[in-house]
Amino acid sequence: MTKGLTPSQTVGPFYFGTLVTAYRQDLAPPNVAGERVEIVLSLHDAEGVAVPDGVFEIWQANSHGRYNHPDDRRNLPLDAGFEGFGRVSTWRDGSSRFSTVKPGRVPWPGGGMQAPHVNVSIFARGLLNRLATRLYFDGDPANAEDPVLQMIEPARRATLLAKRDGKGAWFLPIHLGGPNETVFFDC
Amino acid sequence: MVKEIYRRAAAGTHPANLSEGYKSTPGRAPRRPAVVLPHTLSEITGPLLASERLDALENDLTRQRMGPPLGERIIVHGRVLDEDGKPVPRALVEIWQCNAAGRYHHPGDQHDAPLDPNFYGGGRARADEEGRYHFITIKPGAYPWKNHYNAWRPAHIHFSLFGPAFATRLITQMYFPNDPLLPFDPIYNSVPEGARHRLQAAFDLDSTRPEWALAYRFDIVLRGRNATPME
Repeated sequence: MTKGLTPSQTVGPFYFGTLVTAYRQDLAPPNVAGERVEIVLSLHDAEGVAVPDGVFEIWQANSHGRYNHPDDRRNLPLDAGFEGFGRVSTWRDGSSRFSTVKPGRVPWPGGGMQAPHVNVSIFARGLLNRLATRLYFDGDPANAEDPVLQMIEPARRATLLAKRDGKGAWFLPIHLGGPNETVFFDC
Repeated sequence: MVKEIYRRAAAGTHPANLSEGYKSTPGRAPRRPAVVLPHTLSEITGPLLASERLDALENDLTRQRMGPPLGERIIVHGRVLDEDGKPVPRALVEIWQCNAAGRYHHPGDQHDAPLDPNFYGGGRARADEEGRYHFITIKPGAYPWKNHYNAWRPAHIHFSLFGPAFATRLITQMYFPNDPLLPFDPIYNSVPEGARHRLQAAFDLDSTRPEWALAYRFDIVLRGRNATPME
């Protein structure tokens, strides 16, 4: 190592312009294969108050379980027009909505497969570092054998499980603190 | 298979989530330690945004409106590198900043300083094969904030980098060398002392364009890969 890593700083409250004009809410054009899903994330502080000045980013595999990235060299189809990246700032109620397809399963190092999941980055005023978490789909049978979920104490696993919100969307509240603090990852 | 594809940040690099002095952190900083994930395809891949097309003027924040913005025109350039000094080719670099008077073009910014109709404050650049990026902008002003009595943010430019993987995502701020406000800024000082100086750009006379604009150099260093092959 010859260079010192650049330290992180907060996104602050004024991430307009590039960050917001380059947002992507709809990840999957109509031709993309897979089960259509709506994902709603919402951001809450330690008191449960909505965070209206945050940014969510998501990164996911396509429905075949393939990431659109040169380091995923597996012989699985890529979907034209599907990069797998989304970015939306939070509304007044702390929520952000994404339209996408449900990701397929991706392998676990050393054997086995991970359950379908979406990788989530969180930025906000007051967050000096990017927070990373994962969204899993509650009720997916693969969750029972997912190595990441198994790493987490059972009482906290639910913080990663999105549930159907009654209108068909997958809803996952992200709690930055408090009794329901979300599991965040050092990735 | 190696489970650490990208090196973990050394202690003393990033701020603590809970940072005394920055008053927005107590209500928002997670208290439980992050769960360390082995590196799977989910972490070692990430958005390269290769299909994102940039207009020719996106890296020139002084030519995005009808006329030139007020303030001191500057060149901000540097390289996107990894810890081994290797370039991160074609990295997308996003910046945003306030105007010369210290006001953001943002409805949430109510600071009593003028907006400049000729300055929006957002820009993007695509690094070249050697990781070099280049912006033309105006020097942002200092501005007050309500963190504590007589609190002022030093002049800064926000930077957003994706790097090659989900694991390398970074948002940071670039400061100007020897800004007298730096010792008093809780956000800058949230970074451990030994690493803080990395957020200060260097004045760059060699890249300064005579009769036109001063230059500042800011290299951004993202996480490097372990030397061991993946499989």
